[in-house]
Amino acid sequence: MKELVIVSGKGGTGKTSISGALAFLSPQKVMVDCDVDAANFHLISSAVIKHTHEFKAGFEPHIDEEACTHCATCTDLCRFGAITAGVINTPLNCEGCGVCAFNCPEHAITMQEKEAGQWFVSDTRFGQLIHAELGLAIENSGKLVSKVRQEAKKIATTNHFPLIITDGPPGIGCPAIAALSGASLALAVVEPSLSSMHDLERLVELVYHFNLPIMVCINKSTLHKENTKQIIDWCNSKAIPIAGKLPYSDAFRTAVQSGKTVMEITDENVKEQMTKLWHNLAKRLDVPAQLSGIGLLRQKLNLF
Amino acid sequence: MLISIASGKGGTGKTTLALLLAAAEPDITLIDCDVEEPNCHLFLKPEWHGQGKEITVMVPRINSNLCNGCSACSVVCLFNAIAISGGKALLFDELCHSCGGCILACQYGAIKEEKKPIGTITTGTSPILPNIHLLNGTLHIGTPSSVPLIKAIKQEVSDLKVDMLLDCPPGTSCSMVTAVKNSDFCILVTEPTPFGKHDLELAMNITRLLHMPTGVVINKNDEATGDKSIESLCQSRDIPVLAKIPHSLSFAKQYAAGFIPDEFKSIAINIWKQLHAERREEA
Repeated sequence: MKELVIVSGKGGTGKTSISGALAFLSPQKVMVDCDVDAANFHLISSAVIKHTHEFKAGFEPHIDEEACTHCATCTDLCRFGAITAGVINTPLNCEGCGVCAFNCPEHAITMQEKEAGQWFVSDTRFGQLIHAELGLAIENSGKLVSKVRQEAKKIATTNHFPLIITDGPPGIGCPAIAALSGASLALAVVEPSLSSMHDLERLVELVYHFNLPIMVCINKSTLHKENTKQIIDWCNSKAIPIAGKLPYSDAFRTAVQSGKTVMEITDENVKEQMTKLWHNLAKRLDVPAQLSGIGLLRQKLNLF
Repeated sequence: MLISIASGKGGTGKTTLALLLAAAEPDITLIDCDVEEPNCHLFLKPEWHGQGKEITVMVPRINSNLCNGCSACSVVCLFNAIAISGGKALLFDELCHSCGGCILACQYGAIKEEKKPIGTITTGTSPILPNIHLLNGTLHIGTPSSVPLIKAIKQEVSDLKVDMLLDCPPGTSCSMVTAVKNSDFCILVTEPTPFGKHDLELAMNITRLLHMPTGVVINKNDEATGDKSIESLCQSRDIPVLAKIPHSLSFAKQYAAGFIPDEFKSIAINIWKQLHAERREEA
């Protein structure tokens, strides 16, 4: 089973739009939305939630007010300024380390598991989607990313699907690292803007750091031809294959506004380029680009 | 006055708005807190003031001569950053939150702390726009958590009494919250798509949680579609729409090339008027 992770460094370059189109084109797959603190994939795939699961991660202190003598040992030891003499006055500062609890002379503090969000298994127009919603101002986004990826793997294995398509988070920090670790292929979506090109360089460095194979897709490539050329030259110099080049088109916006993928909007040029991109990726991943006889049979059997 | 510029969704125009607003003020400090992917400097092309400052976090170092593998440190580490292997404690740096719990737990003095670099803070002035003082955070690649670096940047400017704009990271998780926290006003930048609206709502939940005065700027606005969903959302939340920046291909092209076009200067001036009015109300 292969795992394709779509990432970008910079936000808003088209990760979700491209993930959606690839989900439309790919015959057998499970989809994962790893942008757990601002998930969007469900909005273009007509997702209907089938199962909701609580996600617990990390800990938070609970204080036994009767046992607490307000000695302020916790205040002195807390490095995050979250607690003052047995009162958690700034809970958002608390990192859940437990130093207050382990060192309380009265044993008045206990650490309890924290509700950190929810994750969902949904049915969509393109198959099953695993997505999540991180709790408000929660810090365990990396763990939730790992969780949804793990669940997607289980579903793909059970159904004998050859591919997982992962819509990744922006940036190069903990959620991006959690989304990329151990992936079969990273697809970096870049647009020909100085910001996006700069962010791609940092992303590629991260991907190299984890020794992952990478391909690049240039989105909005007609927006700035010189920059597009510069991206191509840069990728060539780094021996990074370019999997596809998509034109700047209002079809992307129209698609999102109507809850569809660009493959369901009439812009033949975009559709053609997107299909090329998919075929290049399928080849690189060594997964079928279209349903074979056996695949068709299996899909039919799955219906019953 | 510290004004943070955030958004749930990435690529809606946080940096663009930060630069537009910064360019429209005679004297301003611009803080780039999107430390994973800082971009303001690409437009300002500043002359950096020196090498900058290396920001470090404290991580434990285990002296294996003194460690007897009793596992007290591993037991108290709620981040699972310490394992016992071959009768000795073994640290996984990238999971450590620098809480110091292991040091307190070790009876044998086997754990000391040392500094680990996580990123840099640099300052610079732009020859193009000398009214802007840039403070820029850059996370070292491979460092998972940007939170300590964002905290360090905010510590750096905590005593400044000048007007400051803070370009935040995208999303609504800990890095965004750390960046937004303690600002006097938060501008949420969105775009009129279901993605923009969905993530704006999440970002509004954060500023509500922080009890922070908030305004919205709708970027890439297209009156022709007649889509009023963002405005209705703002109305229902009682959050003002400070400005609408039109969808403009020429702007996108200039932005791509690394320029801040003058096209929307009047919009920026108008936003400042509303921010100054907000400040008078506060005072």
